[in-house]
Amino acid sequence: PPASAAAGDDRGIEKILVANRGEIACRVMRTARRLGIGTVAVYSDADSAALHVKSADEAVRIGPPPARASYLNASAIIDAALRTGAQAIHPGYGFLSESADFAQLCETEGLIFIGPPASAIRDMGDKSASKRIMGAAGVPLVPGYHGDNQDINFLKLEAEKIGYPILIKPTHGGGGKGMRIVQSPDEFVESILGAQREAAASFGINTILLEKYITHPRHVEVQVFGDKHGNVIHLNERDCSVQRRHQKIIEEAPAPNITNEFRSHLGKAAVSAAKAVGYYSAGTVEFIMDTISGEFYFMEMNTRLQVEHPVTEMIVGQDLVEWQIRVANGEHLPLVQEQVPLNGHSFEARIYAENVPKGFLPATGTLHHYRPVPVSPTVRVETGVEEGNTVSMHYDPMIAKLVVWGENRHAALGKLKNCLTNFQVAGLPTNITFLHMLSNHWAFDKGLVETHFIEHFKADFFPDEVPVETDVAAKLSATIVAACICEMDYTTLRKMIPSGNSLLPLWYSQPPFRMHHAAKRMIELEWDKELTGSFPMTLKLVITYQLAGSYFIEIGDSDSPGLEVKIMHARDRDYKIDVNGLQSNVTLAIYSKERSKHIQVWHGKHHYHFRQTVRLEQYNDDGLEHKKDFQASSHPKGSVLAPMAGLVVKVVLENGSFVDEGQPVLVLEAMKMEHVVKSPRAGYVNGLQVAAGQQVFDTTVLFNIKDK
Amino acid sequence: MLRVLARRSWRQLQRRHHQAAMPFCSAVLPDGIDRSSDAFACNSAAVQDVISQLQSNIRQVLGGGGPRAVERNRSRNKLLPRERIDRMIDPGSSFLELSQLAGFDLYEESLPSGGIITGIGPVHGRLCMFVANDPTVKGGTYYPITVKKHLRAQEIAAECKLPCIYLVDSGGANLPRQADVFPDRDNFGRIFYNQAKMSAEGIPQIALVLGSCTAGGAYIPAMADESVIVKGNGTIFLAGPPLVKAATGEEVSAEDLGGASMHCKISGVSDHFATDEIHGLTIGRNIVKNLYMAGRGENSPPSNSSSYEDPLYDEKELTSIAPVDQKQPFDIRSIIARIVDGSEFDEFKKYYGTTLVTGFARIYGQSVGIIGNNGILFTESALKGSHFIELCAQRNIPLIFLQNITGFMVGSKSEASGIAKAGAKMVMAVSCSKVPKITIIVGGSFGAGNYGMCGRAYSPNFLFMWPTAKISVMGGNQAAGVLAQIERSNKKRQGIEWSKEEEDKFKSKVVEGYDREASPYFSTARLWDDGIIHPSDTRKVIGLCLSASIKPHPEDTKYGVFRM
Repeated sequence: PPASAAAGDDRGIEKILVANRGEIACRVMRTARRLGIGTVAVYSDADSAALHVKSADEAVRIGPPPARASYLNASAIIDAALRTGAQAIHPGYGFLSESADFAQLCETEGLIFIGPPASAIRDMGDKSASKRIMGAAGVPLVPGYHGDNQDINFLKLEAEKIGYPILIKPTHGGGGKGMRIVQSPDEFVESILGAQREAAASFGINTILLEKYITHPRHVEVQVFGDKHGNVIHLNERDCSVQRRHQKIIEEAPAPNITNEFRSHLGKAAVSAAKAVGYYSAGTVEFIMDTISGEFYFMEMNTRLQVEHPVTEMIVGQDLVEWQIRVANGEHLPLVQEQVPLNGHSFEARIYAENVPKGFLPATGTLHHYRPVPVSPTVRVETGVEEGNTVSMHYDPMIAKLVVWGENRHAALGKLKNCLTNFQVAGLPTNITFLHMLSNHWAFDKGLVETHFIEHFKADFFPDEVPVETDVAAKLSATIVAACICEMDYTTLRKMIPSGNSLLPLWYSQPPFRMHHAAKRMIELEWDKELTGSFPMTLKLVITYQLAGSYFIEIGDSDSPGLEVKIMHARDRDYKIDVNGLQSNVTLAIYSKERSKHIQVWHGKHHYHFRQTVRLEQYNDDGLEHKKDFQASSHPKGSVLAPMAGLVVKVVLENGSFVDEGQPVLVLEAMKMEHVVKSPRAGYVNGLQVAAGQQVFDTTVLFNIKDK
Repeated sequence: MLRVLARRSWRQLQRRHHQAAMPFCSAVLPDGIDRSSDAFACNSAAVQDVISQLQSNIRQVLGGGGPRAVERNRSRNKLLPRERIDRMIDPGSSFLELSQLAGFDLYEESLPSGGIITGIGPVHGRLCMFVANDPTVKGGTYYPITVKKHLRAQEIAAECKLPCIYLVDSGGANLPRQADVFPDRDNFGRIFYNQAKMSAEGIPQIALVLGSCTAGGAYIPAMADESVIVKGNGTIFLAGPPLVKAATGEEVSAEDLGGASMHCKISGVSDHFATDEIHGLTIGRNIVKNLYMAGRGENSPPSNSSSYEDPLYDEKELTSIAPVDQKQPFDIRSIIARIVDGSEFDEFKKYYGTTLVTGFARIYGQSVGIIGNNGILFTESALKGSHFIELCAQRNIPLIFLQNITGFMVGSKSEASGIAKAGAKMVMAVSCSKVPKITIIVGGSFGAGNYGMCGRAYSPNFLFMWPTAKISVMGGNQAAGVLAQIERSNKKRQGIEWSKEEEDKFKSKVVEGYDREASPYFSTARLWDDGIIHPSDTRKVIGLCLSASIKPHPEDTKYGVFRM
């Protein structure tokens, strides 16, 4: 068997199988290639033409699209490694990266698992066990009482020891049921009784535990690295406080507004944590930091290479994947603690396909237009997709990671904002605009990050009304779009003219001929006000063709004067345009989706999304039944539609059950996340036809709520 | 486009260079304008007034039936006829509108554009004739001039084999004028006759019912090859609800009586159901797209001249060339120089019969034969013209007539030379030659000159006038002179004294009447032409007309007996 010799071989790893997909698979392969190591990709049927497959020397099919049957299928992956003669498996992050069984299986099969020892994964995987180990090793833990004594007076004393505010949690269950935040001793007894009652009702067990409630927490984590010779160092910390749906979206290194002293405490605690479990390879020790007291506490350890590892790489100038491979080969760490640099500042923004105004729900769709920013030594784009690819419901909806570096936080932030402005994605909803708003927020600028950042500044991010300057810029963009559409139609038509008729092109010369008057054209654009809940605004643009080949464009029902727009240069999707004498570059992405034409425009630091509800030529609706099934209004009142495409994992209630407003009816899973579908109002469940395991699509009617 | 322009101006440079190197290259016409002369300045100013008048008249008719009617139309979710056409033709393409000023000052009430918009534009690369009722003008009802304009559009379509698209929104015949609209050969009924004949010839007939389509009007969609009807707005019935109630007592809504749903589901009078007007127009575009012939370019034969040069001289100067005072002579070549490719004109019989200029040129790459007047027609000029027309017919080259003609020469010498015979030859040649013919009246068009130079009666494919042009059997002064002579001899016979004053009064009345009737507005209101054009648009309009009229399979010309 070809692989059996690998583990103890002095020649080291010569071929790696990457048991992952997307950007991380591409990332690992890039380093492998640089080190002269062969690469093997694995893929599900959904990914046969994906970038990570193209990037690898060899690729092996491992199963159908669902992750359970492919990327989580340990035996298929091991088979693939044996079949291709790979000596090592890099698990990336997610999927099997933190499976102790998988790490064990690799070892059994004579393959090197590029990651920590299985025992460390197991130790850290059990949340209560890990806390016990950390406590023993002297790593600070959130003060609390986890014991069996449930006597109220005893608990109250414990609470006083911990200090208010206190969090009361049931020992079983989850989902926030039975949780109470207690601000002062006066409320304690009442809250404890309430929590116990609720816990008993929901989970059948009324035991509770106490923990210190941290009102303004920050999420700070430390990158640690160990080798197989017992050396463990840390590579400074990252701040990952800015989160939505408990997932990070912007990370930075080093953490802002902390002292070197604090940094070194944090680092030492992290190294102790890693040493306590005999750790080697890359790992991350996560801490919760109380911004008020300045204390920090151990939360958990991630026994893998993290999504946000590039920010650390940028400030220490090292390739962590290379380190992982070296450590897996049995080499010593290339640096000792004192040699670890901290150079400049780095940010990472995670660009997701997601529906920000709908509560950051994951989105799916085709990347009709995908132009990440150009990379440089200070700008990295970690991506696993290409233009034309689809973000499917099977996997994580992350499109790319944008990583920037600057000499200091200010410089790095400037670069981040600039890159976000120029990062072009069209075809599916993304969080780019939101990330841009985040990075422009004054509090973020000051580094005043904390876990509830987005919630706290909700009003800034989701205004009810569009600010005036946005409105003005949107109208300018619409004007530019109108000119580009005219130009595009002109070019298209010129191409369409049949050859052999010498005079027909005359009908398409510019400006179009009209007898004694200027030709006009009306273009209606619907402006999707991305982050406000308000309805799209219809802009009626009247274009008058000018003799000089320019367009005079006015917006109906608007008091703004018309603008003279001339297309100076057009190539593919890029235009150089002149608006009243000011020349600038514009990029347009146009695609059809759901019976409308979508137009996204990037212009200066602006990016807008318009829709044209013109009937496309292929409009074939016979009109006699013109009520379309996707219109929510055409469903009977009380219908509940699937918020997204996904898999039904649990149906909580059945037809005829009485529900309160907001009560869960069923649970959908999509993009690795569960979404509870709740009743919109009180009433009786009716027409519930879906069952667990069933696939549903966007806007499928799940059930409806009737009064009787 | 930039590249084409760049290439063209480079070629132009080359051409100039070429000229400099070869000063005797006679094909290129000289500029022909003395810009420094007083006459030029005077005329420019006078023409400017004429143009301003034209523009103000046009502005009036472009407003349709006025703001209130337009508002009412909008409130019904309907577009104006020109907007409908704009939405149907290929986006950003040209539209050659015909007879914008039809019906101008013709009736007591104003009837902008004759209540109907007609013209040619491309749909999916296929040139189509549009006939669009204007519901804001007298409810889109047919006045006599409306019928005439509709029939003229059909005539052009039949001649040029253009698919017809009827954008129907009309209350039918104008009842008070039924006698002038209903029964005669070239009245309302002829519309359907034409539809039938064209359909038989394979010229597609497409009707879009965007509004009411009552009584006789109901036959427009019914006679069409394919028809579309818009829900809510479109109705087709022989009699509307009031008449039905009066006739049979049946009470029924317009929609139930002849709405889209009924006609598409039950009667089958319409083929396509449109949810709204924009949808209807889109279906209309699709119908043209699916015509087998659509976009196949059979409007013209394959040509090897895909690129062309612009004229060397500014087309805008045409405005200053056209003399407001018809007595001022000008060289027709200065006009030709501004409408043909590279200002190149290969003259035929340059030194014979010099009052008629004939020669070959290209317009947007298309070969044409040009016949232009440079003074009175003499026997030699007429013979030259006949010869040239025969030549073009033989070679299947389209003819462009540039009329500025006071008539054939009169007098004993002329009669003795057989000018009537010579003129007859030209009329015979013009009548029988089966090549596309386009006439532009740039100056006067008087007497038999109008005939020999392919006036309206000779069915040119298109005939346009400059705003400075005039048409009549003879000049006002000449007519006044002739009539005064006859009147004086009458009076003399009756022994009545005719004072000088009375005679002058008589004469000026005649002149006034002639002037009024010679005005291009008088002509265009009655559809003696296909419209008044801006002189600077001449090249463009000729090009568009050529494009529409060139047939893939030329017909053979057969002449009658030439009197020798």
